[in-house]
Amino acid sequence: MDLSYTQDEIAFREEVRGFLDEKLPEELSAKVASGVVLSKADHDRWHAILNEKGWLAPNWPEEFGGCAWNAVQRHIFEEESARANAPRIVPFGLSMLAPVLMKFGSDAQREHYLPRILSGEDWWCQGYSEPGAGSDLASLKTRAVRDGDHYIVNGQKTWTTLGQYANKIFCLVRTDTNVKQQEGISFLLIDMDTPGIEVRPIKLLDGTPEVNEVWFTDVRVPVENLVGEENMGWTYAKYLLTHERTNIAGVGFSQAALASVKRMARQERHNGKPLIENAHFAARLAQVEIDLMAMATTNLRIISKAAAGQAPGVESSMLKVKGTIIRQELNDLARRAAGPYAMPFASETIDGDNDPVGPGYAAPTAAKYFNNRKLSIFGGSNEIQRGIIAKTLLAGGAK
Amino acid sequence: MNFELTEEQQMLQDTMRRFLSERYDTATRNAILDSAQGYSSEIWAQMAELGIVGALFSEDDGGFGGAGFDISTVFEELGRAGVVEPLLDTAILGGGLIARLGNDAQKEMLVEVIAGELQLALAHGEPESRYDLSRVTTRIESQGGKMVLNGRKAVVVNADAASHLVVSARESGEDDDESGISLFLLPADAPGVSMRGYPLFSGGRAAEITLDGVEVDDATRLGAAGEAFDALASQIAAAEVALAAETLGAMETAAALTRDYLMTRKQFGRPIGSFQALQHRMADMMIELEQARSAVILAAGHLEDAAPERDRHISAARNLLGRAGRLVAEDSIQMHGGIAMTQEYELAHIAKRIVMADHRFGDTDTQLERFIALSAA
Ligand SMILES: Cc1cc2nc3c(=O)[nH]c(=O)nc-3n(C[C@H](O)[C@H](O)[C@H](O)COP(=O)(O)OP(=O)(O)OC[C@H]3O[C@@H](n4cnc5c(N)ncnc54)[C@H](O)[C@@H]3O)c2cc1C
Repeated sequence: MDLSYTQDEIAFREEVRGFLDEKLPEELSAKVASGVVLSKADHDRWHAILNEKGWLAPNWPEEFGGCAWNAVQRHIFEEESARANAPRIVPFGLSMLAPVLMKFGSDAQREHYLPRILSGEDWWCQGYSEPGAGSDLASLKTRAVRDGDHYIVNGQKTWTTLGQYANKIFCLVRTDTNVKQQEGISFLLIDMDTPGIEVRPIKLLDGTPEVNEVWFTDVRVPVENLVGEENMGWTYAKYLLTHERTNIAGVGFSQAALASVKRMARQERHNGKPLIENAHFAARLAQVEIDLMAMATTNLRIISKAAAGQAPGVESSMLKVKGTIIRQELNDLARRAAGPYAMPFASETIDGDNDPVGPGYAAPTAAKYFNNRKLSIFGGSNEIQRGIIAKTLLAGGAK
Repeated sequence: MNFELTEEQQMLQDTMRRFLSERYDTATRNAILDSAQGYSSEIWAQMAELGIVGALFSEDDGGFGGAGFDISTVFEELGRAGVVEPLLDTAILGGGLIARLGNDAQKEMLVEVIAGELQLALAHGEPESRYDLSRVTTRIESQGGKMVLNGRKAVVVNADAASHLVVSARESGEDDDESGISLFLLPADAPGVSMRGYPLFSGGRAAEITLDGVEVDDATRLGAAGEAFDALASQIAAAEVALAAETLGAMETAAALTRDYLMTRKQFGRPIGSFQALQHRMADMMIELEQARSAVILAAGHLEDAAPERDRHISAARNLLGRAGRLVAEDSIQMHGGIAMTQEYELAHIAKRIVMADHRFGDTDTQLERFIALSAA
C-alpha cells in the first residue's frame, strides 16, 4: 500500500489547478459558491471553455475528441473543479448519451451527434421517468408505433431536468406491448421542436424551475433516430446507468461543502464564541468529516480497481448511498450554521436581482438543504441501491 | 392524571379542524404563499371571528384561554394545515407581551388584536445575536434631551404587516446581560424606523429593521425600565410551546400523507407500502411522532412553572421535536420520491414548516445545551 499520489498525478493536479486559476471566470465561480442558479448562458460558457481546452469529455476515448483520462485523473479533475467552485458539467449529453452512442449507435449517429455534444450545439435531456414509472422504470408507457419510416410517439415523461434548455431528448419508449416489459422498450432520439411536444415546467420545493414534464402527442420521429435495435432499449439504458453512476460519490462536492461549512462556522458566533468552537456543532462537523475521509478513500480504492480493469459492482451502489448521505448531512450542517438567517427566502439565488438579507453564505442554505433531498431519490433511489447490495450479497442464500 | 382536553379545548380543536379543512386547502394556501402580503386578511379575520386568537389570551385580558394547553391545542391545528398566518407573532409574542407588561392604555390594543384588527411583531433578535436571548446591542441613548433608540433588528417575523412593534433595547449593562433590557411599544411607522421586508422560505414574511434615532418616552415603554428580560423569556417560552405544537401538527400531516401515499402509489406491480424497507421507516416515524406528542404535552404542562423547570421541559421538547421533526420531514420526502420535491405538493410546504421551525428561538443543539445546563443545576 502507498497512499501517495504518483509524480505524474501530482503534476496533473498542478496543471488542473493552473487551468482553473486562469480560465474559470470569477463571475461563474462566485455564482456557484453562493448557490445561485446558473442560467443556460452560464452553463454554455463553461462548456465552451472546457471544450476549447479539450477537457470537456474526460470519459470519452480520444478518437471521439475525449481526453482519455484514467480514473484517478478524472477524480483529481472533479476534486479540483469542485474546490474551485466550477459549474458542474451537465451530464446528459456528455456522460449519459455519448457512451451509449459510442457503443450501440450507428456510425451516422456518432458522426452527427458526438461533435454537436462537444460544441454545445445540442443540449440533451433525459426522458426516462414517467408519472407511473419511477423506480420501476421498465413499466414505462410512452408508446412509439411504427408508421412507414417514422415512429409516432404518444405519452408523457416527467422530472426532465433542465428540459427547458434542451433542444434534444433521449427517450425510452414502448415499442412492443406483447412481451415482457423489459423486452419491449426502445431508445429514441427526439428533436424537442418536433410538432406535438409540449414542455411544462415544474417548480421544485426550493422555488427553482429545475425539472419539467414533457408531453408527446402524435410526435413523428424518423426511424433513423432509433439507437441500436428496436426493443433493445432496456439493455442500453442499463449500460447508461453504469455511466450515470460514475462520480456518484460526489467526493469533490462534499469536500467543497465541508470547507464552506467550516468557513461559515468560523464567522458565525454562538454565545460570544465562534460556532466552530461550540462542542455540539464541532462534534457534528467532525463526524461528517471522518465519514468523508473514509468515503473518499473507498472511492479511490474502487477507482483503482476499475482502472485495473475490474468492473465495479455493488461498490457503486455503496458509494451512491454513503455519498448522498454525506452530502445531505453537510447541507444540513450549513443550514444549522446559518442560524436565523437561514429563514429568509433567497430569491436572489433564483432571479439575482436583490442583495442577500443576512450574510451571503447563509442565503442559499435552506434551499440547498431541500433541493438536495433529490440526491437520495434520483439516479436509483437509496432504497433501490440498498436492494441491489442486499440482493447481490444474499444471492442464492435466504429464500 | 388526565390526558383529555377540556370540553372547551375539544370544541376549539373541532372547530379549527373543520374550518381549516374547508377553507385552507393546499391550493388556497399556495396562493397565499405566492401573494405579496404573505398571509390572507380574510382568513385572519375569520380565524379571529372563530375565537382562535381569543383562545390565546386569558379572561383577564379579554380572551378565554391563554394557558399552555390552549396554546398547544391551537397551534397543533395550525401546524396540521400548514397555516402561515402570523398568530405566533401577533398573538403570542406581541399580544402576550402587552398582556404581561402593558399599562391600561396599552392593553386596550388587545381588544383589537383579539378581534383580528391589528397585527404585531416582536423586534428583538439582532444580526449578531443568533439564538442568544439576552444579547441586545440596540441602545437607548439620550440625544438632545430626548431618549432615542439606535440599532438593528434581524429577521423580525411579521414586521411589515404589523401596525405596532414591541422593540427591545438596552438601558444599561453589557451586551449580553439579562438585566438592563427594556421593551417599547411603538407604531411601526414611527420616525426613524426603516424596514426591508422579504418572504420567508417556509411562508410568511419578515423584515430587517433599522432604528435610527427613534424617539421613545415613558408612555411608549412596555413594563419597567431595564427589567424586561423575565417577561421576554416567559413569552418566548409560550412561543416555543406554540412552535413545538405547530411542528407536531405538521409532523402528523407529513406522516398521514406518507401513509396514504404508501398505500396508493404502486411500483413493481404493488403498493410501495408493501416493501419492508419502507414499512419499518413508517413505523419508526410513528414511534417518533408519539414521542413528540408527549414532549409537547410536557412542555405545555410546565409552561406556568418557575423559569428553570419550565425551560428545562421546553428545551427537552424543542430538542426532541428538532430531531424527530427532521426525521419525519426527510423520511416523508424520501418515501414519496420525486413528487415530494414539487413546490405545489402539500408535503413540500409541511416539510419546510417542520425543518425551518428549528431556526427560531434556539435550534436543536442550542436547546440541548440549555437542557444540559438546567439539568446539571
Ligand atoms: C430533482 C429530480 C430530477 C430528476 N431528473 C430526471 C431526469 O432528468 N430524467 C429522468 O428520466 N428522471 C429524472 N428524475 C426522476 C428520478 O429518476 C425518479 O424520481 C426516481 O427514479 C424515483 O422515482 P419516483 O420519484 O417515481 O419514486 P417511486 O419510484 O415512486 O418511489 C417512492 C419511494 O418508494 C421507494 N421504493 C420504490 N421501489 C422500492 C422497492 N422495490 N423497495 C424499497 N423501496 C422502494 C423509493 O425508494 C422511494 O422512497 C428526477 C427526479 C428528481 C427528484
